[in-house]
Amino acid sequence: MSKGATSKRTGAAAPAVAVTAGPVLEIAGLTVSVRGEDGERPVVSGLSFSIARGETLCIAGESGSGKSMTALAIMQLLPQPAARIESGTIRLRDMDRREIDLALLDERQMRHIRGDRIAMIFQEPMTSLNPVLSIGRQLVESIEAHTGLSRAEARRRIIEALKAVRIPEAESRLKQFPHELSGGMRQRVMIAMALALKPDVLIADEPTTALDVTVQGEVLELLRDLQREHGTSVILITHDMGVVAEMADRVVIMRHGRMVEQGTAGDIFARPQADYTRELLAAVPRIGTGLGRQKSAEQKSVEAELPGSVAVVNDLHVHFDLRGGFFGQVNRRVHAVEGISFSIAPHETLALVGESGCGKSTTAKALAGLVPYHGDIVIGGRNLAGLGRDQRKAVRRDVQMIFQDPYASLDPRMRVGDLVAEPLLIHGIASKEERSQLVAALFERVGLSADQMELYPHEFSGGQRQRICIARALALRPKLIIADESVSALDVSVQARVLDLLKELQREFGIAYLFISHDMAVVENISDRVAVMYLGQIVEMGTRDQVFSNPRHPYTKRLIEAVPVPDPARRRPRFARLDQEIPSPTRKIGEEPPKLALRDVGNGHLVAVS
Amino acid sequence: MIAYLGRRVIQSVLILLGVSLITFALLYLLPADPVRQIAGRSATPETVENIRRQLGLDQPFFIQYWHYLISLLSGDLGRSYIQRSEVTELIVSRLPASLLLMVGAILCELAIGLTMGLVAAVRRGTATDQTLMVASFVGVSAPQFVVGLLLLYVFAVQLGWFPIGGYGTWRHLVLPSLTMGILGAGWYARMMRSSMIDVLRQDYMRTARAKGLARGAIIFRHALPNAILPVIAMIGIDIGIFMGGIVVVESVFGWPGIGQLAWQAIQRVDIPIIMGVTLVSAFAIVLGNLLADTVAPFIDPRIKLR
Repeated sequence: MSKGATSKRTGAAAPAVAVTAGPVLEIAGLTVSVRGEDGERPVVSGLSFSIARGETLCIAGESGSGKSMTALAIMQLLPQPAARIESGTIRLRDMDRREIDLALLDERQMRHIRGDRIAMIFQEPMTSLNPVLSIGRQLVESIEAHTGLSRAEARRRIIEALKAVRIPEAESRLKQFPHELSGGMRQRVMIAMALALKPDVLIADEPTTALDVTVQGEVLELLRDLQREHGTSVILITHDMGVVAEMADRVVIMRHGRMVEQGTAGDIFARPQADYTRELLAAVPRIGTGLGRQKSAEQKSVEAELPGSVAVVNDLHVHFDLRGGFFGQVNRRVHAVEGISFSIAPHETLALVGESGCGKSTTAKALAGLVPYHGDIVIGGRNLAGLGRDQRKAVRRDVQMIFQDPYASLDPRMRVGDLVAEPLLIHGIASKEERSQLVAALFERVGLSADQMELYPHEFSGGQRQRICIARALALRPKLIIADESVSALDVSVQARVLDLLKELQREFGIAYLFISHDMAVVENISDRVAVMYLGQIVEMGTRDQVFSNPRHPYTKRLIEAVPVPDPARRRPRFARLDQEIPSPTRKIGEEPPKLALRDVGNGHLVAVS
Repeated sequence: MIAYLGRRVIQSVLILLGVSLITFALLYLLPADPVRQIAGRSATPETVENIRRQLGLDQPFFIQYWHYLISLLSGDLGRSYIQRSEVTELIVSRLPASLLLMVGAILCELAIGLTMGLVAAVRRGTATDQTLMVASFVGVSAPQFVVGLLLLYVFAVQLGWFPIGGYGTWRHLVLPSLTMGILGAGWYARMMRSSMIDVLRQDYMRTARAKGLARGAIIFRHALPNAILPVIAMIGIDIGIFMGGIVVVESVFGWPGIGQLAWQAIQRVDIPIIMGVTLVSAFAIVLGNLLADTVAPFIDPRIKLR
């Protein structure tokens, strides 16, 4: 009922013409340009596609392909005043087949379309909700903006919407604020907000990219169910071909602002026509392809604390104290890492996998000496606990780190050559000339050229910057490199090349990697052994084949199942839902978490018994 | 919350103790001799020594300070050397006028500053933005006595809208409040503008627009509460700046507040009054900060006081 009223409103605002039949949204010749320092430059050019009622269209492409700009252009939310729609039409049709060209609407007219006819959800659930307004307020206002419903009626509607997105205890959530909810819960709130008014089209811009893989599975399934119920058309924008295979009816592949190819999901995956589509699909890491990768026998060191181990971690604990009470005494404690043990041999890659908050990055930080810990960390046969400051510094030379965000981990005011030379300088290695020769050699080794040493970080792409970070980590000839989500921020094609580089370097220098990742497909591709972490403890550890072909712990199984398969012919069966949130590792003082014991189920395959 | 307040009160007492010690020490080390001021130029050395003994100024520093603290505990700030009356009484009789001026000034600077900052941020990069920012720059840089005299000349002497000086009705309050408020308004306009620009860039602002909300709701419901937080923390600090300004402004407008009291006391080295005014100002600053911090959680639910 409210729907019809709104249509009339928008109909009055813009001239409406009755048409015979056609898709709900039709985009023709869309060109979006952005004004930069060197004039106006198109970021989307001549894009045409349409979407039928109830259909899911995936727009896939790597960063800079213009997929997000397309979504923002449809909503007329392009960053002002730099970006604008240069030409093209965006026709929206309602049930009575009247159509409006959104590209011609002004801000006031567009307001009646946004939220009501076309809704949008964004990538970052953590920042997409207003932190100072309660969930209830933010949901109610979008209903108030488009309908004449009373407060009580609106409240009823939003509770219904929250129940539809399977948020437990919906009524009590209304008083909560965004920071009190987890990322997955916030994204559900966003979806509830978007679907409460039953829009014709839902645009989801990378809706699950920032979420853990198991939460991603749940949210995607939720989107699919809701779409089936309401007949909403969904435009799903993603870089993840697994998600595309899982969700899409039809696919548009974009590159550099242009459409490369479009077709049904089946055709795109089975019979890609364009070279770029083929490359893109080939670069996607798939679970199952890493199995059977050759490894020489002497490196299959599964036993802990072999004499030759580069690093041995024994019963590592990392706690963070939280203060409270009148005198600010410690009354709660985050058990970030709770008694984990592992070892890494030369030439070996140990992957540490798990979801956010499981303690994998904290483990890496302890190993690199960035957080205080309890337990033993032995590097190159020397226990760090017993060493003085200078000795520890010398030992730490053998452990280097590569971080997740190549944009944030390079000082923007230093030349990249100096950044790579800095570790040498800190440890007082080599003269100035030798250093610059060493750095030049490192640049060549990671696939950059020596004359790029004089440039600044902003002059490089994400993949190149990650190569610079790798060169910096290599400078001290470490025995162990800790790669903390080092390829997560990269596009798949770049990711594949960086992974290849890491493997080459390992063959060449015999470096061991502690490879931390949430991406099971990447882990399967690079690792020799895998340790699965959950709530600060290891629940399963073994060789890659043991863990991936024969996962024993339910959490490991869940993690592997949750990964979307980049093949629409092999869509997963319904994904088992977790109705409660992952428990918190924060406990009261004196309350110790239950300790998991690992049992060997054969050939060093360790599984937690509960 | 209670625990937090308790801790903050203890901290505040320590801060005030520190302020009293430092002020007392500075005045003790001052080359000007208060006894000479009291006794007059023609006094004999014996008279001077007598007065010194009477006031206890012949005692060692820490004894003097100790006596001062003990009487402070019972609310006694000592007797003025010159005015021959209790400092506490002098301050209490003049405090309401100064507080009134301060409230007036805060209202002026918030009303002018926040509006300017908000408008400038929303119209970022336009001529309006540039004009407002030039105006705020002028407001920040103009000395208060110049602003005060200018306002007096235009609105009191030429236009006759407000009285030239004195105290009593709301008309008396307007020009002094404005004079003090213009300085702060310049600061607030700049802070508000940058804070607002920052907020307008946030993801949740895009969400608000994607919902189809009206412009007013987007700016006042979604942006303003987020943007105003850093500004509120500033108000606490601002009271300190006020205390400096009050001395000038009260003199220009003949406003009978503690600023004038302090000004006269400084000229005559009337140590008990200087001490008293300093402590009262320090107390106001500490209290202002505490209030600003206590208000913050009501605007931003993420802030927990503990």
